[in-house]
Amino acid sequence: MSGPTPPPGASALPGQQTGGADVRPVGRRRRYSVLTRRDRVTMALMVGIPTVLFISFIWLPTIASIFLSFTNWRGISALTANNFIGLKNYETLFTTYPFFWPAVWHNVLWLVTFVFIATPIGIFIAVLLDREMRGTRIYQSAFFIPVVLSLAIVGFIWEQMYTSQGFINSVLGHTSSNTAIDFLGNPTINIWAVLVAAGWRHVGYVMVLYLAGLKSVDPTLREAASIDGANARQTFFRVVFPVMKPINIVIIVITVIESLRAFDIAYIINRGKNGLELLSILITNNSISEASLIGFGSAIAVVLLVISLVPIVIFLTRTMRGDST
Amino acid sequence: MTADAAPVAATAVKVKHHSRFRWQRLFLHVFLIGLALVWLFPILWTLFTALRPYGDTIADGAVSFPKTLNFDNFVTAWTVGDLPKYFVNTLIVAIPGVILTLWISSMLGFIFARFSFRANLLLLMMFTAGNLLPPQVIIVPLYRVYLALPLPVPLSDHGVLYDTYFGIILIHVIFQTGFCTFVLSNYMKTISRELTEAALVDGAGLFTIYSRVILPLCRPALAALAVLEFTFIYNDFFWALILMSTGNKRPITSALNNFQGSFFTDQNVLAAMSFLVAVPTIIVYLVLSKQFVRGLTLGSTKG
Repeated sequence: MSGPTPPPGASALPGQQTGGADVRPVGRRRRYSVLTRRDRVTMALMVGIPTVLFISFIWLPTIASIFLSFTNWRGISALTANNFIGLKNYETLFTTYPFFWPAVWHNVLWLVTFVFIATPIGIFIAVLLDREMRGTRIYQSAFFIPVVLSLAIVGFIWEQMYTSQGFINSVLGHTSSNTAIDFLGNPTINIWAVLVAAGWRHVGYVMVLYLAGLKSVDPTLREAASIDGANARQTFFRVVFPVMKPINIVIIVITVIESLRAFDIAYIINRGKNGLELLSILITNNSISEASLIGFGSAIAVVLLVISLVPIVIFLTRTMRGDST
Repeated sequence: MTADAAPVAATAVKVKHHSRFRWQRLFLHVFLIGLALVWLFPILWTLFTALRPYGDTIADGAVSFPKTLNFDNFVTAWTVGDLPKYFVNTLIVAIPGVILTLWISSMLGFIFARFSFRANLLLLMMFTAGNLLPPQVIIVPLYRVYLALPLPVPLSDHGVLYDTYFGIILIHVIFQTGFCTFVLSNYMKTISRELTEAALVDGAGLFTIYSRVILPLCRPALAALAVLEFTFIYNDFFWALILMSTGNKRPITSALNNFQGSFFTDQNVLAAMSFLVAVPTIIVYLVLSKQFVRGLTLGSTKG
């Protein structure tokens, strides 16, 4: 790049090196004037192209989902005013569609299991591993390995535990397929079988995030607590846990989002039918299939969108607050 | 830790304390080893099943001492399942996907970190929020867009974005950009502003500063994200399942959908296949665990 002529603001820049707080606003304004016209074009391209792509492939489809949810469009003929049916899709969804409430219930179960069982186990393991001890890294790897697997392959791996010739049935002595417990087929227990497998993966995720958080806790806090006579449990619950609030929030948000995104494992086991209904799967099964109920599928998507916005907004307000100051 | 090491009372107390501490440590290690083995058991069990001939499993039961252990099931899974083809498909998507994601998000992160326009925060929020949405929220219209958007023939068999590698790479790049931008802009904020300012004063263009000054300093963060993004894209099941109809073109994780049911003759070959598909990301993690963990935690703890 050939050097452009020194910008007019440049001569004033040394003033910034004096570094007084009162100089800063001036310095900040000057910095923009340093940019040449070519720099401005570069900047516009660097930000503009990704932004346009992002809006057209993420946010426009989101808005389109809301719009389509008020129609009965099936994607064959062009969309006309006759396709608008108001809130009818939502009415069907909440009242007569048999899979909606089971799907909501399964998503809630997923969330509750992740928040109240998998997450505390992950935190517990992180606390155990957060000390000067031989082999911590090896333990950490063992608990983390499930996290690097996709939930689809987690489904396949746990199938080896659950099938009629799988580990659990063999240990229980159910050798013939008549007596074997049908962990994945029985609609009253298959959601729990899936939750064990998915939770297995989530524990490691929480562990590694929490461990990173624990490492950043000021060690003098703990020393102070132990001088004051606090035992390990008191130190954790009264001192460490409260100062970890930002990490706790990030973990809860990630956990909620993961539970809403759940799709792969239920889809790979039985396409999310017969006891494994989830909102995400109902969307795809209704609209990306021969039935092609685009309007109806979009209504389910809007329900999922509205629920997802809660953790997303919490996450953004928490993490961006520091940036705006 | 016996009494002979404790001639005076004070030391005795200390040693007693120390030995209690040692017992606690030992107990902790036993507990952690046990828990770690339980944790890895499903994977080890899959490996064990995969190494045994199906005949043995049927004759002796699944939980029994193995008579023979060999790699026959792996060979069968590899050839019958045509796994190399799907691994190549994954690379076709993942390599350009990771490079493009990091390139675009490093430029965005650079602008967001270096210039405090009010719009920047809004844009960063928009990118991050989009990244956090469940993909199923946008899939219905996106599927229609993919069916309708024209793409010239060398890139597409049917002349549209649907069922093309280009389309899968595109959605990965767009969806992953939010997370990487968020991480990289936070990382770049820790780089001294004076560096950029000095370069600007010296007459360097904005792109030069980005590529010659900032990017080299971001190498650790970029390495961490590259490892993480590769795993994310390798592990994607959803996009290629919905936005690709040709089973043979699907990357390995989405191709798992083809293997469900009675695709493989028996459970032991299925176990071998599962293990082979799981192994690449496990190896990536074990070799590059530092980068991997750093990539994940950079996003949650801000540097």
